[in-house]
Amino acid sequence: MIRILCLGIAVGTAAALTPGLAAGRHFVVLAVAWIVVAVLLVTYATRRALVAKYLVPGTLLLVLFTVAPVLATVQMSTTNYGDGTRSTKEQTVARIVANSVVQAPDSPTFNLSVATTSDGEFMFFLVDRATNHAYAGNEQGLKELSQEAATVTKGFVTAAPGYTFLTPAQVNEAGPRLKEFAVPTADGAIRQRGLREAFEGRTTLRYEKPADTIVDQRTQTRYTVQRQGDREYFADSTGQRLSEQSWRASVGLENYRRAFTDSRILGGFLRIFGWTVVFAAGSVLLTFAVGLALAVMLNDPRVRGQKWYRSILLLPYAIPGFISILVWSGFFNQEFGLINSLTGLHVDWLGDPFWAKAALLLLNLWLGFPYMFLVATGALQAIPGELKEAATIDGAGGFTAFRKITLPLLLVAVGPILVASFAFNFNNFNVVELLTHGGPFTPDNPDAGATDILISYTVRLAFGAGGAQFGFAAAIATLLFVITGVLAAAQFRATRSLEEVH
Amino acid sequence: MTIRWWREVGWRHVGGLVAVIFAVVPVLYVVSAAFNPLGTVVSTDVVPTQFSLVHFRSLFEDPARPFPRWLLNTVVVCAAVTVVQVFSSAMAAYAFSRFRFRGRRSGLLTLLLIQMFPQFLAVIALFTMVTELGEALPALGLNTIAGYSLVLMGSALAQVWLIKGYFDTIPRQLDEAAVVDGASQATVFFRILLPLARPILAVTGLLAFVGVIGEFLLASIFLTDTDSKTLAVGLYGIIESDRSNNLGVFAAGALMTALPVVLLFQYLQRYIVGGLTAGSVKD
Repeated sequence: MIRILCLGIAVGTAAALTPGLAAGRHFVVLAVAWIVVAVLLVTYATRRALVAKYLVPGTLLLVLFTVAPVLATVQMSTTNYGDGTRSTKEQTVARIVANSVVQAPDSPTFNLSVATTSDGEFMFFLVDRATNHAYAGNEQGLKELSQEAATVTKGFVTAAPGYTFLTPAQVNEAGPRLKEFAVPTADGAIRQRGLREAFEGRTTLRYEKPADTIVDQRTQTRYTVQRQGDREYFADSTGQRLSEQSWRASVGLENYRRAFTDSRILGGFLRIFGWTVVFAAGSVLLTFAVGLALAVMLNDPRVRGQKWYRSILLLPYAIPGFISILVWSGFFNQEFGLINSLTGLHVDWLGDPFWAKAALLLLNLWLGFPYMFLVATGALQAIPGELKEAATIDGAGGFTAFRKITLPLLLVAVGPILVASFAFNFNNFNVVELLTHGGPFTPDNPDAGATDILISYTVRLAFGAGGAQFGFAAAIATLLFVITGVLAAAQFRATRSLEEVH
Repeated sequence: MTIRWWREVGWRHVGGLVAVIFAVVPVLYVVSAAFNPLGTVVSTDVVPTQFSLVHFRSLFEDPARPFPRWLLNTVVVCAAVTVVQVFSSAMAAYAFSRFRFRGRRSGLLTLLLIQMFPQFLAVIALFTMVTELGEALPALGLNTIAGYSLVLMGSALAQVWLIKGYFDTIPRQLDEAAVVDGASQATVFFRILLPLARPILAVTGLLAFVGVIGEFLLASIFLTDTDSKTLAVGLYGIIESDRSNNLGVFAAGALMTALPVVLLFQYLQRYIVGGLTAGSVKD
C-alpha cells in the first residue's frame, strides 16, 4: 500500500514538474527526473527484482551526486570553461551579431518600458510608434502582445502579469547591462536609446554558418574562428579580434599540458604536491606515534582510571572539526595568541611558511591523536598475551619484546587504518582552509600558497578571487582523482582480508 | 608511592596527564571565552574566571547573525542526510549480507573504492550542477538547504560496509526461521534485522551526523545567503569578520554546537571504539 502511494507521489511529482521544465527548456533536468521515476517503477512495481529493491535507492543517489559529478569533472577538464567562457558558441555569436546594430533613417522606433522577471531577467515591452502595436522581447526574440496580455497607458506598456516594471531611475541604474541587451528580429535587432525609447536597426554583421564566419557587411571583412591562448575568438586575417567575447570550447589536453609545461604553474603544482604528501604522511606519523605511545603507557592493568583517560581523550575527536580548527587559529596569533603568550615566544606562526606548516601539523596532531590512541588501544588488546609472555620467557626485555613481537602484529592490524588516514589527510581541506587559507602567499604567485594542499589549490583556482578557472581547476581535480585512486589501491592491498570477501 | 610504583606505573600517569592537558586546554579555552563578558582575545584566559551569558543572549537576538536559523538549517540537513544515509546503507547491507547474486563481490569492492573518493573532490561539477538545477527548479538551487542536502545524499551508501559486517554476525537461522513462519523478505529486514542492529545503526548514524555537521567546503560555496547558512559557515563568518572581538560570541555558538555531539559520543563510546577498530573514519 505504502509502496503504491510512494510510487504515485514520484510519478505525480515528475508529471507536475514536466510542463514548467519543458517550457523553460530544462531538458536535462526533465530527462533525469523521468529516468529516476522509470527506474523506481521498474524496481518496485513488480514482484521480481528482489535484490534491486534494496540496492536502488542508495545507488541512485550515489550515481547522481557522486559518480556523475566525478565524470563531469573529468569532462570539464578538457574545456576552457570559466569566467568569460560561460556561454555556448551560439549564444556568443547571437550576442556579437545583435550588438552590431546601427540605426538607419527608416528604422522603426518604439516607446520602451523595461521590466524584469522574478529571476531578474530583463524584458523589453515596446509600442511601435507608427502602428501602435505592442510587443514583448528579450534575447530569445520578439513577440506581439494581445490586448489582454498587457496594459497600455499613453502609448507605453505600464503593467503585465508576472513582470516588475522599472522606474526611469532604475532603468538608468541598469544602464551598463541594458547596453548589452538586444532583441533579435528578422533583419536586425531592437536596442535601447535613451530611457524610454528603442529602435529597430540593421545588424552590420552577419554570421555565415557553413563557413563559420562573421562578415562585416560594410567593409566585407571576414572574421573567422581563431584559437588565441586557450580561447577561441572571431578574428580577422591579421589576428585582430572582432570582439573580446569568447565561449566554452573543448581544448583537449591543453589544461594538462599547461599544468605540466608552464614553468610557473608546474613549479607551484610540484611544490604543492610535495607538501600535500609531507602533510598527509607527517600527520599520520605524528598522530600514530603519540597515540601508540599513549596506548602503550595506559594499556596496563595496573593503571587505574583508564575509563577516565579515555573519556577525556575522546574530546578532541568528538568536537566537530571546524570548531576546533577555528579555536586553534586564534591560538597561533602572533600578538595575542595563547601559544606565544604561554611560551613567551614571538613566533609569526601563520605569516612564515615554515611555522605555518608546523602550526598545521601541531593542530592536526591535536585533532588526530585521540583517534589513533583508541585504534592502537583496541589493536593492543587484540594481541594475545601469551605471545608477549613467551618472548619474555625466552629472555627478551620489555622493549625488545615490544619491538619484535607487539609492534609488527600491531602494524598489520592498523595498516589499513593508517593508509585510510593518509588518504583522508591528503584531501583534508578543512584544516588548511580554516587555519591558514593556504597561505602565506608570495606576491609573484598569488594562486599557490605555502601551505596549500592540492584540494585547497583546486578550490581557489575555481572559486577564488582571481576569477573562475573551472576547466583548469577540473584538470587538477582529475589528477587528484588519480592520486586518490592509487591510494585506494594501496589500501586494498593493505587490507588482505578483503581478498576473501564473503 | 614507592620508587617501584613510580617506575612501573607512576610514569604512565605522568604521560597520560600531559596528554589530558594537551587535549583539554583548547576545550577549556572555549568554555572560558563563551562565559567571559568581554569576549575579546586579549581578555580571555584558559581557565574560566568570570560568568556571563551575554554572548548566548546576543546569539539569539542579533538579526545579522541568526544563530537559531543556522541551527535549524544544520539540524534539518543533518537529520535528512543521516536518515537517508543510514537507511539506504542498511538496505544495501541487507542485500549484500543475505542474498547471493551476480556482481555481489564486485559491487562491494566498487563501493569501497568509491567511498575513498571524497565527494567534494568533484566540487566544480557539483557547483555547476546545482546552479543548473536551480535554474530549472529554484527550490533545489544554490542557497537552498534542500539542494545542499540532496547533494550530500550522494554519500548514501557510505556506511554499507560497517552495517554489513554487523548483519553478518547476526545468525541467518533467525531470518530463515521467520521465512519458514511465512514472513516476507521485507518483514525479515524491518522486523528482525533492523531492531537487532540498533547499536551499529546508532554508531553509523552518529558518524554520518558528525560528517554532515562538519562539512564546510560545499557549504561555503553553495550557501552564501545569511539565512541559508549552516552552523559551520555561519560560525566561520562570525570569527572571520572580527577575530579579536567576536571570540566570545563564536565560542558561545561553538559550545552550543559541540555539547550535544560530545555528549552523544560519550554515550555511544563503547560502540564507537568497537567501530573504530573495524576501520571507520570520521570525516
